[in-house]
Amino acid sequence: MMNLSQDVAVDTGAMSKIQVRDLNFYYGKYHALKDINLSIAANKVTAFIGPSGCGKSTLLRTFNRMYELYPDQRATGDILLDGENVLSPRADVYRLRARVGMVFQKPTPFPMTIYENIAYGVQLYEKLRRSDMDDRVEWALQQAALWDEVKGKLKQSGMSLSGGQQQRLCIARAIAVKPEVVLLDEPASALDPISTLKIEELIYELKRNYTIVIVTHNMQQAARVSDFTAFMYLGDLIEFGDTNAIFTNPSNKQTEDYITGRYG
Amino acid sequence: MAAVPIEIPGPKIKRQRLLDRSFQLTTTVAAVFVLILLAGIIISLFVGGWDALRTFGFGFLGSDEWNPVTEQFGALVPIYGTLVSSFIALVIAVPIGFGIALFLTEVSPHWLRRPIGTAVELLAAIPSIIYGMWGLFLFAPVMANHVQPWLQEAFGDWAIIGALFEGVPLGIGMLPAGIILGIMIIPFITAIMRDVFLTTPKFLKESAYAMGATTWEVVWNVVLPYTRIGAVGGIFLGLGRALGETMAVTFVIGNTHRLSTSLFAPGNSIASTLANEFTEAVGDMHTSSLIALGLVLFLITFIVLTLAKLLLMSLERQRGAKS
Repeated sequence: MMNLSQDVAVDTGAMSKIQVRDLNFYYGKYHALKDINLSIAANKVTAFIGPSGCGKSTLLRTFNRMYELYPDQRATGDILLDGENVLSPRADVYRLRARVGMVFQKPTPFPMTIYENIAYGVQLYEKLRRSDMDDRVEWALQQAALWDEVKGKLKQSGMSLSGGQQQRLCIARAIAVKPEVVLLDEPASALDPISTLKIEELIYELKRNYTIVIVTHNMQQAARVSDFTAFMYLGDLIEFGDTNAIFTNPSNKQTEDYITGRYG
Repeated sequence: MAAVPIEIPGPKIKRQRLLDRSFQLTTTVAAVFVLILLAGIIISLFVGGWDALRTFGFGFLGSDEWNPVTEQFGALVPIYGTLVSSFIALVIAVPIGFGIALFLTEVSPHWLRRPIGTAVELLAAIPSIIYGMWGLFLFAPVMANHVQPWLQEAFGDWAIIGALFEGVPLGIGMLPAGIILGIMIIPFITAIMRDVFLTTPKFLKESAYAMGATTWEVVWNVVLPYTRIGAVGGIFLGLGRALGETMAVTFVIGNTHRLSTSLFAPGNSIASTLANEFTEAVGDMHTSSLIALGLVLFLITFIVLTLAKLLLMSLERQRGAKS
């Protein structure tokens, strides 16, 4: 199974941005990820699917070492970002998080204005003049397809926006730092269908400049937006490969059962 | 459409209905009793203090004269003492309580949270008379021999601040009373701030961390703005405690009816005036003035606590609207 997943990733011939090697993850004593090996292609969208509790979000959260906030969680193995092991204790976690941005399940605008929401991450890393910062904020909001809706009210609280707008604000905030990878943890699960569609269109646009990894419960969404799909079950990576192949002709019985809705 | 009656054995449902009714009635009476009690206290304070209020009018609040012999009474000195000592307490307790609450919610390793949290709560359980005794026998001498001379040396020559540290370092007075009050309200401020900080959604904090923010940056830019209303509510709750505290203050404030700009000078607070003089009041006007003083304290505390509740409630509403 492991070999299969590696083979498929190699077959696509895409440049690999992130390589996961023998990754194991523990919540205290609970073994949540088991010997995960996969490779995330650069400038593509990779989706993680699987039933609740399969470890897809857990896997995503190892890429920016989010789990480190909680003392009983730990990971072993290697995650190589451009060949550099980010799990190594010597790797600078702040620099890592500048390179790997993240957007969460629920929109999480910071309790500040729309402008400050975007500028917040930028000023953690760069000292920009006011006019340069203005440009950066506009650029990020345009990338997230939000500029036209908010350009007249940048001084308003980020919390005053609608749910879908808030989520695009969070994407703009992540992009403003100019990361290389954007992690999306069920980014549309709290949104209505129209907002969801906007986010999906946005993901399609963004992959030109960023490597995108998305966790989703919604299989149609995975089929629509992703180039590669990984199916996980109970902490194992069951199948990984080209999205079309996975959805039309899964090689594993469990994958087939899941995508045809027999469990999950 | 007429409802179709459902057949249930008569006596049983009747009994249940009766039980329900009597249960409702009992709890309502208990709840209303509190309101009656509150109203009763206000009325009796007002009636008891009426003589003094009628005689002195608004001058009661503005006069610093407190003379049982000539029967001239004014509340300025105790009001001033109450406010100043409580203010000193806030200056001390707010930063410390804030720091402890932040440590407990954001910084401390998990195994240390419970012991420190419990220790802070135990601090709140110490009877105030113990604080008073400790203040008088241990803290006051230290203040008199070390802290106050040092303060005088350091700040005595300064233009305006110097006036705060004038006079003989007695060890009892406004400053020691304020410091002890500060120690006493630290647990309340800490507990509320901790609870308020914990209301920050996990996702919100995580997304700030995901931007590469440090713990301090997350706290300062996300947790605090998100919870500031509640945090202020916690401060007001602590202030409410400090305003009414009696025993500990009575021990160290000096119990002198004199107005002074110096924090070293002995003064008086409303609560300690009442504790000291009530049983020895001579004449009806003295008693009535003391009761009126109680009314003033009641009103000040009532306003402060109401503000605190309103602030904490609006944090809950803000949360409710979002989730």
